[in-house]
Amino acid sequence: MSPEFSPLSATVGGLLIGLSASLMLLGQGRVAGISGVLGGLLAPAPGELGWRGAFLAGLLAGGGLIMAAQPDAISFGLERSPLAIVAAGLLVGFGTRLGNGCTSGHGVCGLSRFSRRSLVAVMTFMFTGGLSAAAVHHLFGGAL
Amino acid sequence: MKNLLSLLLPVLAGLIFAVGLAVAGMTQNSKVVNFLDVSGDWDPSLGFVMVGAIGVHTLAYRLLPGLTEPWLGGRFLLPTRQDFDPRLIVGAVMFGLGWGLAGYCPGPAVVSATSGGREPLIFLASMLAGMVLFQLFDRAAVAREAAKQQSPT
Repeated sequence: MSPEFSPLSATVGGLLIGLSASLMLLGQGRVAGISGVLGGLLAPAPGELGWRGAFLAGLLAGGGLIMAAQPDAISFGLERSPLAIVAAGLLVGFGTRLGNGCTSGHGVCGLSRFSRRSLVAVMTFMFTGGLSAAAVHHLFGGAL
Repeated sequence: MKNLLSLLLPVLAGLIFAVGLAVAGMTQNSKVVNFLDVSGDWDPSLGFVMVGAIGVHTLAYRLLPGLTEPWLGGRFLLPTRQDFDPRLIVGAVMFGLGWGLAGYCPGPAVVSATSGGREPLIFLASMLAGMVLFQLFDRAAVAREAAKQQSPT
């Protein structure tokens, strides 16, 4: 097992993510799914633009806060060529919209309301995520 | 007052979400890849992120039946679909492949881009391009479906 194992900070971070999703659910009546928020900003629906823009502004402000307080917390620690990064980005963008959700929408929100669709989605993307991560590791020596 | 709150609440939620991701370690993409790749130097930490997040959020869902409307007014707009369609599976397959390749899912991608680093910015731009491509694909699919229903068979 990795020496980087950090169950305590991971749990605390998870509690904060759950708190955020709960504020959106009880306060706004919406699912805090990041791919849905971004997709909804790219294809605006009337009345749904304000909260999505505000949530994105909060995410970016949070990023700024982290960069000011603890910049080491944001790091790109993989050897990936620009081409591999573009391919990964396209897959994540297209795939999350096609499948109606990502780690937050299906993972946190969907599993919390015991959605069958979300359970299937989470098992699927965890599996293929493991496959591609292991493929880069074993077939390309960790660099692509 | 309610208008101001209805902007402040999502800003605050977004900020808490971003800090939560960073505290959890999800803005370090090598940690994410070490979680997904169980055949390597496996780091199970991110499983604990899900435990913490779902632990809190299930409680919120238990409060839901007691509310007739959200705190800020309006109405609840929550997913209700129960069916499995090819889009759900194919989309999840694609998302997973990209996630394992670069270690970013959408939330950490947005937050990491604030570092101004070249790689996260390239990822974010490509991810948004992928979302736009999906919209074009979806629009074409809807048009095809409409044409099929109009044409006499």
